[in-house]
Amino acid sequence: MENFKTDFEKTLKNNNFSEKEISFKNFNAKEFLNQGFPNRKHEDWKFSDINQIINKEIGELKFYSEQSEKNRVDKDILLNQIEHNKLVFINGQLEKIDFNSEDKSKIEFLDNQNSLDEQLVENSLINLNNALTNKSYKLLVKKNYQIKNPLIIYHVSNNKITSQNINLKINFELEENSSLKLIDLVKDKGNKNFINIFYNFSLEKNSILKNYKIDQFENDNIRYMFNNIKQSSNSVSETFYLSKGSTFSKNEIFCDLKGEQSSAFVNGIFSLNKSKHHEIKAKINHLVENTKSYQLVKSVLENKSRSVYQGKIYVDSKAQKTDGYQLSKAILVDETTEFNAKPELEIYADDVKCSHGSASGSLDENSIFYLMSRGLSYKEARELLINGFLVEVINQITDEPIKKLIKNLYGLKNEY
Amino acid sequence: MREKELEKLKDYKYGFSTDIENFKAPKGLNEDVIKFISSIKKEPKWLLDWRLKAYNRVKVLKEPNWQKPKYPKIDYQDLYYYSAPKSFKEKPKSLDELDPKLIETYNKLGIPLNEQKKLNGIAVDAVFDSVSVATTFKDTLTEKGIIFCSISEAIQKHPDLVKKYLGSVIPITDHYFATLNSAVFTDGSFVYIPPGVRCPMELSTYFRINASDTGQFERTLIIADKGSYVSYLEGCTAPMRDENQLHAANVELIALDDAEIKYSTVQNWYPGDKDGKGGIYNFVTKRGLCKGKNSKISWTQVETGSAITWKYPSCILQGDNSVGEFYSIAITNNHQKADTGTKMIHLGKNTKSKIISKGISAGFSDMTYRGLVDISPKSENSSNYTQCDSLLMGNKCGAHTIPYIKNKNANSNIAHEATTSKISDEQLYYCQQRGLNSEEAVSLIVNGFCKEVLQQLPMEFAVEAQKLVGISLEGSVG
Repeated sequence: MENFKTDFEKTLKNNNFSEKEISFKNFNAKEFLNQGFPNRKHEDWKFSDINQIINKEIGELKFYSEQSEKNRVDKDILLNQIEHNKLVFINGQLEKIDFNSEDKSKIEFLDNQNSLDEQLVENSLINLNNALTNKSYKLLVKKNYQIKNPLIIYHVSNNKITSQNINLKINFELEENSSLKLIDLVKDKGNKNFINIFYNFSLEKNSILKNYKIDQFENDNIRYMFNNIKQSSNSVSETFYLSKGSTFSKNEIFCDLKGEQSSAFVNGIFSLNKSKHHEIKAKINHLVENTKSYQLVKSVLENKSRSVYQGKIYVDSKAQKTDGYQLSKAILVDETTEFNAKPELEIYADDVKCSHGSASGSLDENSIFYLMSRGLSYKEARELLINGFLVEVINQITDEPIKKLIKNLYGLKNEY
Repeated sequence: MREKELEKLKDYKYGFSTDIENFKAPKGLNEDVIKFISSIKKEPKWLLDWRLKAYNRVKVLKEPNWQKPKYPKIDYQDLYYYSAPKSFKEKPKSLDELDPKLIETYNKLGIPLNEQKKLNGIAVDAVFDSVSVATTFKDTLTEKGIIFCSISEAIQKHPDLVKKYLGSVIPITDHYFATLNSAVFTDGSFVYIPPGVRCPMELSTYFRINASDTGQFERTLIIADKGSYVSYLEGCTAPMRDENQLHAANVELIALDDAEIKYSTVQNWYPGDKDGKGGIYNFVTKRGLCKGKNSKISWTQVETGSAITWKYPSCILQGDNSVGEFYSIAITNNHQKADTGTKMIHLGKNTKSKIISKGISAGFSDMTYRGLVDISPKSENSSNYTQCDSLLMGNKCGAHTIPYIKNKNANSNIAHEATTSKISDEQLYYCQQRGLNSEEAVSLIVNGFCKEVLQQLPMEFAVEAQKLVGISLEGSVG
C-alpha cells in the first residue's frame, strides 16, 4: 500500500485537477487505503479473493503510469470482419477515436468530464478507479438516434507494461429513443497487469443498450469490469459476456430497473482451462411495477479452472408483476475443476414470478455413447455436446451480425 | 382482567405460565456460574474443564452478524443460565414424587406424563427450563438396550459414551452460540440405540421455557450404532412474555454404519404479539454426522413460532453411500423473522442429499432460505437435489433465497430449483366457488403447498402440524 500512496500523490501532482476533483480523489484514495483490495471476508468476494490473487499473480503493483508517449495502433489489433466505430485504448491511454460512419451531430464523445458521481455501493475497487483515473470519458447518443454500426472499444495492452494497474472509466448516456451497440474487445500482449474498468450507463425512455464483452484471447492479466446501469421506462439492456482469455476475471453488473416496462438481459459463457478463475456477479434491482429480467450463465470447465456465478434478483415491495429468471449451468469436464454458484432471490412483493435454477455435473456419458454409436469419435462427440451446450447462450444475442462475429471469434461453425 | 388474558391466549394457546417456585443460578455469565451449574449437576471434572475451555473461547469470539434478521444486542450478563423448579434440588425418583403443578402443565400442553395415558406409544422426555423433569416408557426401552434419558443422567450413568461423542459434531471451537451452549448447557436428551436395534417407538422431547429472563441452553446427543434405526421428535412452547428470550440449543446426531436417524421438529415457541413485541430468539445449532457407510440422517422441521428463527440443521456425509435429507416448512407471520436452511457437506463417495424447503411469509414478516451444498473433490458420484419454494402473502413481507452451491467433483451432480409466487386468484376463486370461505381456502392451498414436507412427519405430528399451519396464518388474508 506504500506504493499506492506515493503513486497517488504523483497522479495528483502531474495532472491539472480542479479543487473539487482533488477532494473527491482524496476521499476515494482514503477509502481505498482503509479497505485495501477486497478479500474473501467480503460476502461479495467470498469465492474470488482478489487480494490473494493479486498477491500471488502480480505481487507488487504499480499504480502510476506515464501517459506521455503515443502508442502506435497496429493494424492487426483491429477487427475487419465487421464495419464498426472504434475507440482504442492502449495501456489505458486513448489512442484512436473513429465515429466516421455515424452522424456527427447525433453522437458526442467527450474526454474532459470530471468524475464526481456519488458512491453507489461499497466497493474499494471503484474507489481505486475514482482515485486514479486522470480522465473520465463520456459518450452521448442523442435523442432518436440509432447508432448504425456497432462501437468496438479495444482494450489493448502491449509488452511495455507489466505489474501495472490500469483504470478506465466511461459514462454512457442514451437519450430518449436512442440505441447503442457496444462491443468490448480485450486484446492483450502485456502481462500480469490489473485492469479495472468502470462503466456507468444511463438509459432514458425507450432506449436500447447492447453490450458484448469479449475476453477470448489468452492473456495473463487480472481483470475487473463493473457495469452500473440505470434504466428508465421501456428501456432494454442486453449484456453478454464471453469469459475465456484472462487469468482472472470478474464481471460485475449492477442494474436498476427504475422505469416501468424496462427489462434487462444478462447472458454469459465461461469457457475455461489452465487454472483460470472467472466470475460473473449480477444484481438486478426491480424497483417499479412490470419489469423483467433474465439471466443465463453457462460454464465449461477444464484443467484446474474455476467459475463463479453470483446472481441476485431484488424485488422492491412496489415492484408488483415482476418477472425474474435466473439459470446457471456448468459442465465439469475433469476432476480438477470447481463450480460455485450463489443464485439469490430477495423479494418483498407478492404478485411476482421469480425463479432460479442451477445445475452442475459432468458430460452425459449416455449422450457421448449415442453419438459414438453414430460414428463420431470420442473427441468429436465431446466437442459437439459442449458446443451445443454453449451455443444456447450465444443464440440469445439479438443482433445477427454480432452473433455471427462472436460465433466466429469463438470458433463455432455457423450451423450451430 | 381474566377475559383479557383469555383473549390473548386465543392467539397462542400455549402462552400460559406456570406459577412454580424456581431455583436459579445467580444472574450473569462467568466462571462461577459455570462451576455452579457443573457442581449442581455433579459433573465429572473433564466436563467442567471442557465447559471452561468453551467459555474461554466465548470471551474472545464475536457474535456473527451476517444473518438477515437483525436483533437488538443481547446482554448476556442479564440472563439466568440455570433455572429449575425448586422441588428439583433433589431429583424426584419417580413420577409419583413429581410436583403436581408440573404434571398439570404438561397435561395442559397435551403431553401426558402419566404412562397410563399412553400417548400413542411415544416415549417422552420433558424438559422444563433447565432440567429434564420426566422420561416415560423407560422400562420398555431398557429391555431393548436403548438408552433414552436426560443428558445429565447420561453423564452420570454412561460417561464413556458421552465423553466419546459429546462435541464430536459440534466442537467447542464452533461459532458463538454453539460455543456458548457448550459452556453453559443445562439439560437435554440423550439417546443411544445399540447395534442392530430398531427403536420400537417414537422418542420425543418436549421443551418448555417457563421462567422469565432465562436462556434455555439444552444439548441433545443422539447416537445410532451400527444397523440401528430411531425416529426422534422435538416440540417446543413458551409462555407469552413481553421481553425476548434466548434459546440456543445444540443438537448432535451421529449415525454409524447402516444406521438411520430421523429427526423431526415442530417448533412453536412464542412468536411475540401482533406488533412484534416479545417472543423467543431461536438460535439453534443442529448438525448430524453420517459417520458410517450407508448411514442416513433425515431432518424434518415445521417452524411456525419464535420471534427470530436462525438455524441450519446440517448433514455431514462422511461415510460412503450415506444419505442426508432436509424437509422444511417455515411460516412467518406478523413481525416474525426466520433465516433457516441447511448445509449438506459431501465428503464420502456416492453420497446423496435432498433438500425440500417451503417458506411462507405473511404480514410484516421476513423469511430467508439460506443453504449450502458442498461437494468435495473426493466425493465421487455424489448428487444433490434442492428445491425451495416461497409463498408470499401481501407486499409488506419478504421472501429470500440464498443458496450457496459448490461443486468440486466432476462426477457429481447438483440440481437446484427455486420459485417465488403468491396464491393465485384462480385457485382461491375455485375453492370459494366450492363453498369454502377465504381462510379455509388459503389453509387448504397452503397445506397442499407444504404436503411434500408434511408427509415426512410421523402420523400424530403430521395432524398437529397441519393444524398449526392453518393457525399460524390466521388473519393474514382478506
